[in-house]
Amino acid sequence: MLGYIFKRLVYMIPTLFGMSLISFLIIQLPPGDYLSSMIATMSDSGQAVDPDEIERLKQIYGFDDPFYIQYVKWIWGILSRGDFGWSFEWNQPVSGLIWARMGSTLVISLLSLLFVWIVALPIGIYSAVRRHSIGDHVFTFLGFIGLAVPNFILALTLMYVAYRYLGQSVGGFFSPEYAEAPWSLAKLWDLLAHLWIPIIIIGASGTAALIRILRANLTDELHKPYVVTARAKGLPEYKVILKYPVRIALNPFVSAIGWVLPHLVSGVTITAIVLNLPTAGPLLFRALVSQDMYLAGSFILLLSALTLVGMLLSDLLLAILDPRIRFN
Amino acid sequence: MVAPTDDTVLSVEDLSIDFRLRTHILHAVEKVSFELKQGQTLCLVGESGSGKSVTARSLLQIVDRPGRITGGRILLTTEGVVTDIAALSPDSTAMRAIRGRRIGLIFQEPMSSLSPVHTIGSQIIEAIRLHSALDAKAARERMIELLRQVEIAAPEKMADRYTFEYSGGMRQRAMIAMALAGNPDILIADEPTTALDVTTQAEILDLIKRLQVSRGMAMLLITHDMGVVAEVADKVAVMRFGRLVEQGPVDQIYHQPVHPYTSQLLASTVKLTRHAEARPPAVTSGPEPVLSVRNLSKTFGSNGPNAIKAVDDASFDLYPGENLGIVGESGSGKTTLGRLILRTVEPSSGSVLYRDGQGVETDVTRLGRKELRRFHRDVRLVFQDPFASLNPRMTVKEVIGDPLVVNGLARGRALEERVAELMRLVGLDPQAMERYPHAFSGGQRQRIGIARALALDPRIIIADEATSALDVSIRSQILDLLLDLRKRLDLSFLFISHDISVVRYFCDRVAVMHRGRIVEIGDAEQICTAPREAYTRSLISAVPNPDPRDKRMMHRQRFVAATPA
Repeated sequence: MLGYIFKRLVYMIPTLFGMSLISFLIIQLPPGDYLSSMIATMSDSGQAVDPDEIERLKQIYGFDDPFYIQYVKWIWGILSRGDFGWSFEWNQPVSGLIWARMGSTLVISLLSLLFVWIVALPIGIYSAVRRHSIGDHVFTFLGFIGLAVPNFILALTLMYVAYRYLGQSVGGFFSPEYAEAPWSLAKLWDLLAHLWIPIIIIGASGTAALIRILRANLTDELHKPYVVTARAKGLPEYKVILKYPVRIALNPFVSAIGWVLPHLVSGVTITAIVLNLPTAGPLLFRALVSQDMYLAGSFILLLSALTLVGMLLSDLLLAILDPRIRFN
Repeated sequence: MVAPTDDTVLSVEDLSIDFRLRTHILHAVEKVSFELKQGQTLCLVGESGSGKSVTARSLLQIVDRPGRITGGRILLTTEGVVTDIAALSPDSTAMRAIRGRRIGLIFQEPMSSLSPVHTIGSQIIEAIRLHSALDAKAARERMIELLRQVEIAAPEKMADRYTFEYSGGMRQRAMIAMALAGNPDILIADEPTTALDVTTQAEILDLIKRLQVSRGMAMLLITHDMGVVAEVADKVAVMRFGRLVEQGPVDQIYHQPVHPYTSQLLASTVKLTRHAEARPPAVTSGPEPVLSVRNLSKTFGSNGPNAIKAVDDASFDLYPGENLGIVGESGSGKTTLGRLILRTVEPSSGSVLYRDGQGVETDVTRLGRKELRRFHRDVRLVFQDPFASLNPRMTVKEVIGDPLVVNGLARGRALEERVAELMRLVGLDPQAMERYPHAFSGGQRQRIGIARALALDPRIIIADEATSALDVSIRSQILDLLLDLRKRLDLSFLFISHDISVVRYFCDRVAVMHRGRIVEIGDAEQICTAPREAYTRSLISAVPNPDPRDKRMMHRQRFVAATPA
């Protein structure tokens, strides 16, 4: 098992290298750079642009260097001193901006994943065991709604409901009075009061998808001979189902860790913008629009790294869960 | 209530089971009655769909929905107290106390009847602790003891292994250990050896029989194999279409059957213990062989200690109009050999020489992609599983016509006529060509598979376990069909099978494979009656004999193979 983990970690190195190259390439792809878009903005507003100043900035940031030199400089900065470059738009080091956003993104992602699991597991099992019952039809109907409704509409609806009927301040993580306050129980409560909206919205489609997957998988497993064996032993029915077929139908739940992170970051950017959440999505979006290349590149790189870690975790969990994977 | 007689442990009276389907009610079992006596074996015999498995499962109340017991009684006698199982609720505590504790169950598929993600030991311990007050440590000791009783070597080590690390025979042993964990009074074995090789089957049956005698259990053995019945049964009950047509002591059933269905079942079994009567003389001299296989080998994995020689230096000839059988146990390399000839698996070394209709010789192992396709037109394959080998989304016309369409040989009206002709050839009604495979029975589906193989006018047919999945009466029909087709269409067959009786009936010559090598090749009758090699002798003696007066299997010869160097 240790050898397997080590092997997987070693395999991650070339993948990460390729990803860093691709992220850098992507942010270099659009014509122009941050300077040219800054010059354009300045001339639009009638400001004089000093050619010497531009030349000096070009020198500092190395915009005239060929692609690979820029890449090597960037990656070397990250590896040697954790320096992800400079954000032109915010006029700050990228690393300072990124960590706060990454933290909140992770928290939201993990909580949403938890929500997805807690809701999807019992419903999935119920739907499979009582297939074609009224309850199953109801859940199936709700599930399809969850899959079909765009996240941002759900976000707007929930915000309206929370504001109109619960009298809650919505958007962001905190109410205005707590935003700058030091941590206290009241602030934590305020955070929880805000978090449920994004968690439900972000988790909705994932929950619906997992219920469908679990229902289908479990339906196949329920009629396998080993279930009859367990029943013939004299086990109570709930134990028969939970210990054997559910255990085997559980694999997609674990694999979900792998895809939930990139999904949350790329798929819910609009939700995060609508809800004004300080997560990675909106910041990445703005960095891309304004060609703030180091910020955008670093985000893409970190998100891909997180995805890799998620994949690794889910593979390791799968190996623990299923001996057939472990031994092959 | 009073127990009927002292040694009757279970008595089934007028049991009926219905399946409430969407359109109608299926009477799966109707008014079935039998008794199980202590220390005795009752064999429930019947072909697929006869209701024998449902009957067995109803004794434990584990019939899948929508099946339901609609009438009759199942009286279980334990220590003088009689309980009617049919009256218990399937989810009740009383019912669960009977499952595993009073009645143990083993069934057909050792592959899938054990959980793939729990160790064998933990699954047995679970059964032990359900029905006793043993603590974890004592239960483990008991589990090891059970594994030892079912003769699993090094039980302490094997207990912590997973199902996929066990061979088929070992899985069935583990399954038996689990069924015995609760010390049941009754053992139900539902086709316990159907998925196993003959030699493994002989060992498992022998084990079950010994355990049953030493523990004084009553046994209900469900099987479709009259040979197995003759070897182990005390009494026999024959089922057909959900009804019990005949029951009695084994000797009476075999030697004075009353019901015509019993006679028919016996006749089709006995028929397969001889060679087909319409036997053309073997043509091993004279014409040139159509297929000459020389020194064919296949090694899986890189060269080294872990390399597996699936096929090792195989050489044989197949003559025009000949049926050559390839027999061996699972893992002997017989299926790989068939694939090497077709080159769906690439051989490691050796040659396959094919002589086409004009006498032109080609070495198949050197053919390019395009020439290989021409070769594949002449050599076709018939598969084992008539359910999995037909695409359920294609009509029979599309299935049979597919090779013609793929090779651009016929379309439209001509295609339809050719398909109709092929269907008549294999004994199907051409009017059914627009229907989908699910509308056909197992035997009919295999006929469809054969028609598909014949579509391109092949010269050789490789049949890989083509009749293993079929009931015995259907099996002999399909074999007769193939024999008839061989005569009419001038075919040669390479008939791969683990079933010695089928090979003896169908083949002119037989090659016996063991661990990738052809250990013996010769005339079918000679191989089956006077085998020269020790391995062949052990294989032949493991075949159950459908005559209770001559229980061949019980004093068979064991073959201890030298460990490969």
